[in-house]
Amino acid sequence: MVLSGHIIGHACAINAGMHATMIQSFGPEARGSACSTTLVVSDTEVLYPYIQRPDIFVVMSSEGYNQYRDELKDDGILIYEKDLVHPKLKKGQASYGITSTRIAESLGRKIVQNIVMLGFFGSVTKIAPREALREAVLSSVPAGTEELNLKAFDAGCEYFDKEFGDAAKGKSGKKVKAGT
Amino acid sequence: MKTDPLGVLTGEHYLDGDYACGEGAMAAGCRFVAGYPITPSTEVVERISQRFPMIGGTFIQMEDELASMAAIVGASWTGVKSMTVTSGPGFSLMMENIGLAAMMETPCVVVNVQRGGPSTGLPTMVGQADMMQARWGSHGDYEIIALCPESPQEAFDLMTDAFNLAEEYRTPVLFMMDECVGHMTEKVVIPDPDKIDIVPRKLTRAKPEEYKPYLVNGNMIPEFARAGDGYKFHTTGLTHDEKGYPVMSEECQAVLVKRLVDKIRLNADEIAKYKEDGVDGADVVLVTYGITARVARMGIDLARKKGVKVGVIRLQIVWPFPEKRIRELAGKIKAFVVPEINYGQIVLEVERCAAGKVPAILVSHMGGGVHNPEDIRDAILEAAK
Repeated sequence: MVLSGHIIGHACAINAGMHATMIQSFGPEARGSACSTTLVVSDTEVLYPYIQRPDIFVVMSSEGYNQYRDELKDDGILIYEKDLVHPKLKKGQASYGITSTRIAESLGRKIVQNIVMLGFFGSVTKIAPREALREAVLSSVPAGTEELNLKAFDAGCEYFDKEFGDAAKGKSGKKVKAGT
Repeated sequence: MKTDPLGVLTGEHYLDGDYACGEGAMAAGCRFVAGYPITPSTEVVERISQRFPMIGGTFIQMEDELASMAAIVGASWTGVKSMTVTSGPGFSLMMENIGLAAMMETPCVVVNVQRGGPSTGLPTMVGQADMMQARWGSHGDYEIIALCPESPQEAFDLMTDAFNLAEEYRTPVLFMMDECVGHMTEKVVIPDPDKIDIVPRKLTRAKPEEYKPYLVNGNMIPEFARAGDGYKFHTTGLTHDEKGYPVMSEECQAVLVKRLVDKIRLNADEIAKYKEDGVDGADVVLVTYGITARVARMGIDLARKKGVKVGVIRLQIVWPFPEKRIRELAGKIKAFVVPEINYGQIVLEVERCAAGKVPAILVSHMGGGVHNPEDIRDAILEAAK
């Protein structure tokens, strides 16, 4: 989760010329339990690093969903792991689900489900150009895993293209919260 | 002179403030770090311990903070640029040897990534309550230099200033980060090594038999001789004469301690580093530092929308305090507003410099988080009345 936030921030700040400030879970939760990352992405300098109500909430577990669901803005976007999270949305909230775990398993390693989700997230939000995110994946993952991670990223993008096509309208300058 | 390119990771990076601080130290020429890692500063030494083997640096994980501080003082006397890294509880333990470094005039840098206190307080959460400890923490009369970055980029950039000031004034320099800046990840641009100017150790040219370690010639800063270069001399925490030997007298104490204080106090304008915005013609001026400076800019924007003329002085170097500038402004404005994550520290210094001419209003956050920008706006609006 933290790596995903780092990759999105890297893509926006280094590859796409925006400002991106990331804060991650710190403490025991960052070492094995449910954890979260928040990211503020903006065209202007980020003065306030924390998030009260995110515009976009990416969630990959039901535990994370239950913990953070009330924080999502009333007109925010929920992006979720379809097999694990069963959202109860407010009127005005858009949602996009992906079977990221199953897709990752089909690629051979469940651990890359965060990168599948990342490709999907980038496609839904258009927060940064797809290539900027792809490059950030490449420069952030451990050596020797690049090919698998890029496959995972592309699989997430393809899932979006197949399931949602042009239906999703991207938003920029948004606050993102990601939770497992 | 230009810095050693080996330590400079030129390029655009996405780093947290702690990593940026570590990169800044290496870019500034630091090659010895001793520490006893503590949250929220651990990532500084994590970064350094990973990168030092590649650039010829030495990192030692010590048994505690007293030893860490002692080790960097000793290392500095071999001529290497040295640093230790800690947070509040460790900072308290380092105070005795920070005094020793000040007394022996040992260039070195101490990073304190501030968390909530007192005692073990809030290990993983932000505070700015060690600012007066930075100024007064060790016993006796001395002056200190302390810097406060507001972002990962500045954590990198100001590190060069920290090491350069340590060399220039032969003094320990304190790098007062806070947990929020330390754990916040942002873009950090590391320049080419030929853009980084560093101050080398000012080594003596005297013959070994004629060298006096604390002899000064006008500028109040004695020349340095490295251990191992053939100079035989004595240095001590006791009050000493220009030969470095203890002299227990009123006269020697007056000469030595006045010089220790004056070499910084009388150069305060030279050392001062702050950024101003909208101060000319302002009714209210904020004095800010660290993460609070950023959040305060939101409060300022909100107040300006209400028509208040508000300016800000953001302190990049907090000690020595820019007393002259605050005194000048005190005669021209209605009030100072000082937001800080403590129960009133730098506001006392602003109040002292304002000398009763205008109020200095504290906007306190007790720690564990940052201010609500609306609270800062409200304080500005109240001050402008």
